[in-house]
Amino acid sequence: MTITEKQDELIDTFSLFDEWTDKYEHIIQMGKDLPLIDPALKTDDRLIRGCQSRVWLQAELKDGKLYFTADSDAVITKGLVSMVVDVLSGQTPAAIAEADIYFIDAIGLRSHLSLTRSNGLLSMLKQIKAYALAYQAREKQ
Amino acid sequence: MNRPDHLVDVVLPDVEKIRLDFPILQTSVHGKPLVYFDNAATTQKPVAVIEALDTYYTQYNSNVHRGVHYLSQLATEAYELSRKKLATYLHAKHDHELIFTKGTTDGINLVSNSFGRKYLHAGDEVLISAMEHHSNIVPWQLICEEKGAVLKVIPINEKGELDMDAFEQLLTPKVRIVAVTYVSNSLGTVNPIAAIVEKAHALNIPVLVDGAQAVQHMPLDVQALNIDFLAFSSHKMYGPTGIGALYGKEKWLNEMPPFEGGGDMIKTVTFAKTTYNELPFKFEAGTPDISGAIALGVAVDYIQSIGIDTIQQMEETLIGYAYDRLAAIPGLRFIGDAAHRAGAISFLVNDIHPYDMGELLDQQGIAVRTGHHCTQPLMDLFGIPGTVRASFAFYNTRAEVDRLVKGIEMAARMLQ
Repeated sequence: MTITEKQDELIDTFSLFDEWTDKYEHIIQMGKDLPLIDPALKTDDRLIRGCQSRVWLQAELKDGKLYFTADSDAVITKGLVSMVVDVLSGQTPAAIAEADIYFIDAIGLRSHLSLTRSNGLLSMLKQIKAYALAYQAREKQ
Repeated sequence: MNRPDHLVDVVLPDVEKIRLDFPILQTSVHGKPLVYFDNAATTQKPVAVIEALDTYYTQYNSNVHRGVHYLSQLATEAYELSRKKLATYLHAKHDHELIFTKGTTDGINLVSNSFGRKYLHAGDEVLISAMEHHSNIVPWQLICEEKGAVLKVIPINEKGELDMDAFEQLLTPKVRIVAVTYVSNSLGTVNPIAAIVEKAHALNIPVLVDGAQAVQHMPLDVQALNIDFLAFSSHKMYGPTGIGALYGKEKWLNEMPPFEGGGDMIKTVTFAKTTYNELPFKFEAGTPDISGAIALGVAVDYIQSIGIDTIQQMEETLIGYAYDRLAAIPGLRFIGDAAHRAGAISFLVNDIHPYDMGELLDQQGIAVRTGHHCTQPLMDLFGIPGTVRASFAFYNTRAEVDRLVKGIEMAARMLQ
């Protein structure tokens, strides 16, 4: 599936929730289901500092595609992180670098991208883009 | 929590009637009536304060201390009346001991820069406490670094109270100034300021008090406490943002050099030499936040119309109720459990991240603060990433506390 298809699928899933509790329970569940990052990888160089919650991000290039694993100390952030990983992991650096990430806004969680929350999600997206651009540049060499 | 002994049974004002003075308290968030428990971050504003801003700009907007024209006189009179109101409210000896600032942070920076520039030398010490807000840490770090002075920290116990024995040991003739908070913004601890001042003064060491979380909660008499400096913010005492004041004893303020240069703070300027204006203008360079200062005066009027003693009783009663209700929630533990508390209660529930708790409370229309509350060293001491903090004002109700308790229980169920 493309990045766009994966985002649209998530938006469809969330459109089924009428109550905020259902929506958040789903996010929390996804946070709990996210495979834990290897504790050995939870190092400071993989840590993306937010004011409120912390996110760890590990990127790996395999057969021309970028794969991400990630973690957060807050479970709601972790749920969102898992969605971002699901949408972007396994795509090419070029596709990731160009991707427009619109699903967070569409499912009503735009506040997670605002500066007041500074929860690491926005920083994580920036970091993913930076990895994609770096790998893209390396491939062109 | 036991009810404080000094509370006598008096008839407190009708809180529902008081709430009508605050338009924002009638609004909803995420479709639910707003429960505002983030008063330590900023308080809501009564109509009188909002109208004072409007009246200033619609009827007598003009620069202060500069014009002979009618509007300038009106603005100057209102601005200076506000200073007088603050001086009266805090029992200062002179009106000119109150310097308008941008807020608490600005006031502390004024003292750290001006006092520090004159009195701090290499090897001297500045004494702060482990529960200080970043704004009462960083300004001192900056000036200490510049002067080669040393920042020392009074430790706290596990309840979040100052270790007064350690304080006495740290209080040596090397110390040039003690800078401590009256009330901890993270823990709600009320510090024994009178005792701190007395011990510091015995060694002729002045004391700066961070009053950001104190002036709105309790009567405060700077002369009785013999405080040398008191910094506080308007927006935490029902006034507008962007304004605050620094109280300083006349003796110190006269001796200290100006902090910022500009208009209004000078008497005569030539390129060779400038003579500075007298107090308080020496420390008020540039056009001040005139409307903010005037509205702050109106906020003080509002506080006094209810009575700061009454406000203290209403809040202590409510906090006692909140403490007991929160204590009954399974898995909830308080962060900071000082015998004397004001304003705020910090807590964690099981191993739930404060950020998750805060977000699920927000969805229920309940505003609390989560995180380190700008006291990272304090959070490190407790070994936690942050807390959930509910902070109270006299306009909060028991019904709101009940909603908070239900909200926490629901969030905990969702997150377990």
